[in-house]
Parts: sequence; C-alpha cells; structure tokens
Amino acid sequence: MSTETGRPLLVVEGLGIVFGGLRAVHDVGFALKPGEIVSIIGPNGAGKTTLFNMISGLYMPASGSVRLDGEVVTGMASHLLARRGLSRTFQNLQIFPAMSVLENVMSGFHLKEKGSLFADLLNWPTARSRTRAIEAAARALLARVGLERAAEREAGALSYGSLKRLEIARALALSPKVLLLDEPAAGCNATETEEIDRLIEEIAHEGTAILLVEHDMKMVMRISNHIVVLDHGEKIAEGDPATVSRDPRVIEAYLGVQQEGSHAGG
Amino acid sequence: MRLSHKYSALLVLLAVVAVAPLFFPSSYYYRVASLVCVNGLAVIGIVILTGYAGQISLGHAGFAGIGAYACALAPVHLGLHPGAALVLGALVSAGLAFLVGRPILRLKGYYLGVASLGFGILVSMVLTNESAITGGPDGMQVADLGLRGWLAGIGLRLTTGQFWYFVNALAMLIGAWLALNLNERATGRALRALHGSETAAATVGIDVARAKLSAFVISAVYASVAGSLLALQNRLVTPDIAGYMHSIEMVTMAVLGGVGSVLGAIFGAAVLTLLPQVLTAFDQYEQIALGLIMMLVMIYLRQGIVPGLLALIRGRGT
Ligand SMILES: Nc1ncnc2c1ncn2[C@@H]1O[C@H](COP(=O)(O)OP(=O)(O)OP(=O)(O)O)[C@@H](O)[C@H]1O
Ligand SMILES: [Mg+2]
Repeated sequence: MSTETGRPLLVVEGLGIVFGGLRAVHDVGFALKPGEIVSIIGPNGAGKTTLFNMISGLYMPASGSVRLDGEVVTGMASHLLARRGLSRTFQNLQIFPAMSVLENVMSGFHLKEKGSLFADLLNWPTARSRTRAIEAAARALLARVGLERAAEREAGALSYGSLKRLEIARALALSPKVLLLDEPAAGCNATETEEIDRLIEEIAHEGTAILLVEHDMKMVMRISNHIVVLDHGEKIAEGDPATVSRDPRVIEAYLGVQQEGSHAGG
Repeated sequence: MRLSHKYSALLVLLAVVAVAPLFFPSSYYYRVASLVCVNGLAVIGIVILTGYAGQISLGHAGFAGIGAYACALAPVHLGLHPGAALVLGALVSAGLAFLVGRPILRLKGYYLGVASLGFGILVSMVLTNESAITGGPDGMQVADLGLRGWLAGIGLRLTTGQFWYFVNALAMLIGAWLALNLNERATGRALRALHGSETAAATVGIDVARAKLSAFVISAVYASVAGSLLALQNRLVTPDIAGYMHSIEMVTMAVLGGVGSVLGAIFGAAVLTLLPQVLTAFDQYEQIALGLIMMLVMIYLRQGIVPGLLALIRGRGT
C-alpha cells in the first residue's frame, strides 16, 4: 500500500496542554503519511478539538512538538502553517457569514491570489487575471462539494450541512498537504454524510494526509487507516480499525457509551 | 450585459457629481457641495477600516489634522508647494498610522475605540499647545494651491467655489474607485474575511495583524488627504480639524449612510453635511431634529440608509 511507504508529513510527539489545572491533552503522539486517513476518536471533552487547535496554531502547547513535512512548527501561527500546507475545518463552523458562498471559497485561495497592495488598489491587469483564475477554481471546488448552485448566495443563509461542505471546499482551496477535519459530518443527514465520506476518501487518494475527528463510528471504521483513541486528554489506544474496535478499554471509554447512549452529541 | 456592482456605483457617483451643479442657484451651494465631497473622501477610508475590516477608530480626525497642518506648515518651513505638502502629509499620516496601528489594533471593539480616541486627542493637543509652530487654538493661514490661477491662465476660468467642488469631487471619485477595486481583490476580501472570523481568516493564510494594519494605514491616508483639501480650500486651519468631535462625525457619517458600502457612506456624509443647513429652519430645535433623525435611521435601517433601503426594496420585489 502507498500509505505504508513515504515519510510522514505530520509528526506529533508528546503534545500536551493544561487549562487552569485541567490536563485537556497529555502526552499525545502519532504520525500521518501522505494519502493516509488517521482518525482521533474519544468521548465528548476528550481533548480532540484541543489537539487540533494545538496542531493548527490556535493554542500554544505546554509540551511536546509538531513537525510538518520535516520542519518543527510547534506553536507556529495559523497563517504561517497555511503557507506550509496545513489546512483545517472547524467543529463549530468558522465561515465568513456576510460573504457569498463563492467568496468564502475564494478566500481559501488567498495565498494564490495575493499580489501587491498597489496592484489591488489600482486594479492592475495582473491582479484582475489572478482573481479571475481563482474564481474559476473556486467554482470548480463548489461543484465538487455539490454547492455550485448556491455560489451567489450569502453564506450565512445556508443550512448547517451545506456550511460543513463549504468549509471543506474552502480548506481544499489551499491545496493542503495535511488536512484537519473536525467532525465534518456532524449535523448532516445520511445522504450528506455519505457524500462527505466519499469526498474524504477522494481527497486522501489524491495524496493529502487527513486527520479526522468524527463521532460517526461507521464512517470512522470504514475509511480510517489508523485510529487514535483519546480519553480525558490521554491516548488510551491506537491501531487499525479492527484492533481498536476490539480493545476493551476503548469499548469501556467510548464505544460502550455509544451503544448505550446511542448518539454522542458535540 | 450586466454592469458590475463597482461600475454601477461609480457611474451613480459620477452622474450625481456632474448633474448636481445644474441645480446650484448660488456659489454658496458649490461651497457646501465641496464639503460633502471632502467628507465623502474621508468616510471612504472609514468604509475600508470599519466596513470592510470591522475595526473601529474614533481618532481618525488626528490624521485629517496632520494632513491639514502639513499643508499649512510645509510650504512655510520647507518651502514645499502646497500640493507636495499634501503628499508629504499623507506620507507622515501613513507612517504614524503604521506605528500607532501596530500596538492598538491588537485591541478589539470598544478597547480599540478608546485607544484610537486617545490617539486623536493626542494629535489635537499637540496642534493646540505647540502654538509657536501651529498658531495654537487660533490656527494658521494656508498658502494658495495656485492651481486655479494656472487653470485660468490656460483659459479655464472657475470661481473658487466651482474649483474646489471639482477638485474635491475628483478626489472623492478616485478614492471611491480605489476602495471599490480593493473590495474585489485579495486584499479587500481578506479584510472582509477577518471581519467575519479572524480564526478562519488566519487558517486560510491571511496575516490578520498585517491586514488590519494595512486597512488602518490606507484609511489614515484618506483622512489625511481630506484634511489637506479642507485646509487648502479654507486657506485656514485650526486644531478643531483634529478634534474628537470630527472623528466621531466621520464614523457617524459612514455608519448612518452604510459603513459596508462606499456609496452608502458617501450618502451619509452628504446627509450629515447638508442636514444642518436644511434644519436651520427649525431654529433652536436643529440639534434635536438631527439627533432624532440619526436615532430613527439606526433603529429602522440598522445597516445604514443606503444598504437598508436597498434591502427593503429587494424584499418588496420578491
Ligand atoms: N480554551 C479553553 N479553555 C479552557 N478549557 C478548555 C478550552 N478548550 C477546551 N477546554 C476543555 O478541554 C477539554 C477538552 O475539550 P475539547 O473541546 O478538546 O474536547 P473534544 O474532544 O473536542 O470534545 P467534543 O467531542 O465535545 O467536541 C474540555 O474539558 C474542555 O472544557
Ligand atoms: Mg471537539
């Protein structure tokens, strides 16, 4: 398998953070290779989003390190990580509500569109043609996530499921090497979940390394190459889907809860 | 073919500027209209800073003061042509905005409001107290731009009122064109993005701190040039131009007309420049009427007059 070869794109080692005495994440590590899908699972409050926030530069880790494509990027600002090929979506949605759907995705191309300030102010042909090119690319991405017909609508007016896909489209606009998806299927219906499921596999197939947080266990078990299980901020198990789903600690801490309480929110 | 938002806005502006003089019964109207244009220019800067980027400044009159006093001082002390003094003022304002913006733009919301207010007060204090250089509260004379005489020399005779109306209108049109260009390109979109979500903006690679700073610097240049034009037109400057009332006036104009839209903000500038003239009919109730109108607009047309009315019309249409 191609996923078994190649050097890792993202290496996380001993990552930890404390919030006012609470060890939200403690000593978590794993590696992610090109084209690989690694999932982080765990009950609500396990520290999954916090882990994402540390990797993507929103939180400064108290300990540990993050390496992206060989470079140490621990605690580096988000916009610098974006330049290095790391992109993400958010569990609680972070869209630009007053912009059109198309412009939301065009924003994802910022680094490719950006020229000099004066070229933008003076409407130079170079700036115009860059905008035209990224508009076409943004429309293509919208088509890919099934939102091409909503392109001109104001993003704030879209349904939750559509916004989830819009965020994925915007994240893809960066052509990321590593993509972090925080509960991309949360709040989506069965059809939408299936579409997102297919999309994630497609993206991975193109060589992007994907780190996934998702409560939909069917999806996680089907598409993950590797699963890391968190509970109370600590890694309690990891392995391929079959191994993890048989692990007694996992069943106790997470899957057991799932079976009894049916849905985990979040 | 459908005209883009940008060109329809510019055409509307151009048409109004060109047609308005047909309805001016006296030179006094040219004078008022030229004030509308110069205020319009200043508020376009507020649109970029507040409408696009969502950052508030209650100290932008400070930059208008710098622009104005550059035109008063540089010809005297540096022997510069008043036109070159305008450019110098803009450069000084940009540099100062760069230095001041860096620390204060880390603040958000009303913290930023108060910090910027402080900056504005500081500038007006310096202009008031350094009376040996600035003439203190009485202000100082400003040299003639000389352009009107030159135009007369080549056969284009304009009254002072006409001349300043056309100069300021041209400046406002250029200012509008630049701001509307910015809006369609990566820089403007980045500002609107960070307005919506700083976290998401950073995630797509936008350097949020730098983007805010560039909006601050650009808007400072708008205020500075507007201040310079005002000084050159009046041939006199006083520290009032940098006072906090002037800062608040700029923000109020923009918000009243529609801070998210260039056309809206200019409309707001027109309304607040013209209303006091119209309301003098109400005699001592002038200020009350003005305050009441502002409150009613904000209650019923929260996005501002122009975007608010457009939304109403569209809502009817569908
Ligand atoms: N900024 C913060 N300040 C203080 N505590 C925080 C902060 N962010 C997260 N926490 C705490 O850290 C713990 C982990 O939260 P986190 O959001 O990472 O969980 P999660 O695994 O993503 O949960 P969910 O499945 O509900 O999304 C929680 O107890 C949470 O309250
Ligand atoms: Mg979470």
